[in-house]
Amino acid sequence: MNFELMGDSILPILRGAQITVMLVATSIAIGFFAGIGMALARLSRNPLVSVPAYAYVFFFRGTPLLVQLFIVYYGFGRADFVKDTVFWAVLKEPFWCAVIALTLNTTAYTSEIIRGGILAVPWGQIEAARACGMSRVLMFRRITMPVAIRQALPAYGNEIILMVKGSALASTVTVMEMTGEAKSIISSTYAPVEIFIVAGSIYLAINFVVTRAVRRLEHRLTPYQRARTEADEKQAGRKIAFAALRGRQAADDIALPQPSSDRPQD
Amino acid sequence: MKLWTSLAGAAAVVLAAASAHAQIDSIKLGTEGAYPPYNYYDASGQLIGFEIDLGNELCRRMEVECEWVAQDWDGIIPALLNGRYDAIIAGMSRTDERREQIAFSNAYTVTPAWFVASAESDLAGLETLEETMAALEGKTIGVQTATIHENFLREELGDGVDIRVYDTQDNLNLDLVAGRLDAGLADATSWQAFLDTEDGAGFAHFGPGLTGADFPVFGEGVGVGLRQGDTELMAMFNDAICSMIEDGTLAAMTTEWFGVDTSTPCEQ
Repeated sequence: MNFELMGDSILPILRGAQITVMLVATSIAIGFFAGIGMALARLSRNPLVSVPAYAYVFFFRGTPLLVQLFIVYYGFGRADFVKDTVFWAVLKEPFWCAVIALTLNTTAYTSEIIRGGILAVPWGQIEAARACGMSRVLMFRRITMPVAIRQALPAYGNEIILMVKGSALASTVTVMEMTGEAKSIISSTYAPVEIFIVAGSIYLAINFVVTRAVRRLEHRLTPYQRARTEADEKQAGRKIAFAALRGRQAADDIALPQPSSDRPQD
Repeated sequence: MKLWTSLAGAAAVVLAAASAHAQIDSIKLGTEGAYPPYNYYDASGQLIGFEIDLGNELCRRMEVECEWVAQDWDGIIPALLNGRYDAIIAGMSRTDERREQIAFSNAYTVTPAWFVASAESDLAGLETLEETMAALEGKTIGVQTATIHENFLREELGDGVDIRVYDTQDNLNLDLVAGRLDAGLADATSWQAFLDTEDGAGFAHFGPGLTGADFPVFGEGVGVGLRQGDTELMAMFNDAICSMIEDGTLAAMTTEWFGVDTSTPCEQ
């Protein structure tokens, strides 16, 4: 084991790690919102909306990421009609081709994860929201989505980790991300074991941060499961005391909104 | 005294038998399989090319059984060192850098390196080394990873150009056609195979042919890569290569695949 070589390779591989993080962060950021949209489209009762969404998810989950990447990169490279448009400025760059492929891929998986989360929202909560007279949009924003996201979070954390690892494929289309840098160093040192140990450790470190971040978020979004800290108790105590002081006023606050008088009677 | 001589004689017989027993009768040959016309897969998935013919002929002359193993280029030396196969026959130039890791046989072909660009680009038509190097400044140039060509670009042009590194020459050609690259640098015979295709029709090579005579980074011809210390196998390959050079088989074989005779003289 050549430790000196491993030490020398850390800096260039970290330079590649920057590209890896940029690739994944960009694709995840776009893919998350696109995934929510795709999940809603998939749940739509209108087949004109749900069938294309189903086909999209079926295609991108059913084909290897490497194939998708090659189709985007070499496919657009061969399509002459693309080259005369403004899109070529973006599609010419290997980095953006990789971002497009990763985003398309993660959108498919994310939509399924979110869809699962939405379907798992307890019916009672939806009924309660309806009973409170919430509009569909408000109910989606306040009840369905927060609960769905919370339910989907562990699976979504998995998806982020898979993306970090999947981004290694970008090296096959000349993006010098972490694996690309590692391969380039190996090509002149012929020491794959040492270099891949360094690269693998950095992937591990990135995914450790991702895991911790997801767990923190999970913790924050699950107040009832959180062990009550002293600060929590204090705050809760203060709230109860405050509510007691306000007496009837507090009871009024939590009362259900009255149906407005101009609403036609059933 | 007589006892000693007979003992020594017996020992000699045993040693001779042992070395005869160690006679190599089967070896594995490592190649890339993505580097036409040297070694590549045809449409039916058959490994073909100049080096496949060459390797099979060498094995016939060495009287050994040979089995081909395909290995991605960027791992081709580590896999030899790990014993996945015993010899590399993959268009590998004999450079000092590689000699630190492996040994090389007698060269069997030597060809210059070419720059290739679209025939319509301002690079096409350049002739001297000076104007070529100056014109490449700021351009995007493709090379295959871990090749003499990549080393040349990094050493001679370095940060002045945007170097894109490909896992195979085939993928480099695809991106050249796609227009993501201003130029590419590779072996002349490999380019010729590309220029003869429909895709390569709009392209041309420019600048001088670059060789190891001008730039040591290009090495001294293409040879069989072997593990250091496999001296017996080395001697077998050298004898077989020289016999092919001397009876004209190698010249005929290179002409068949490359269109020109690129064979080398016997170094023994």
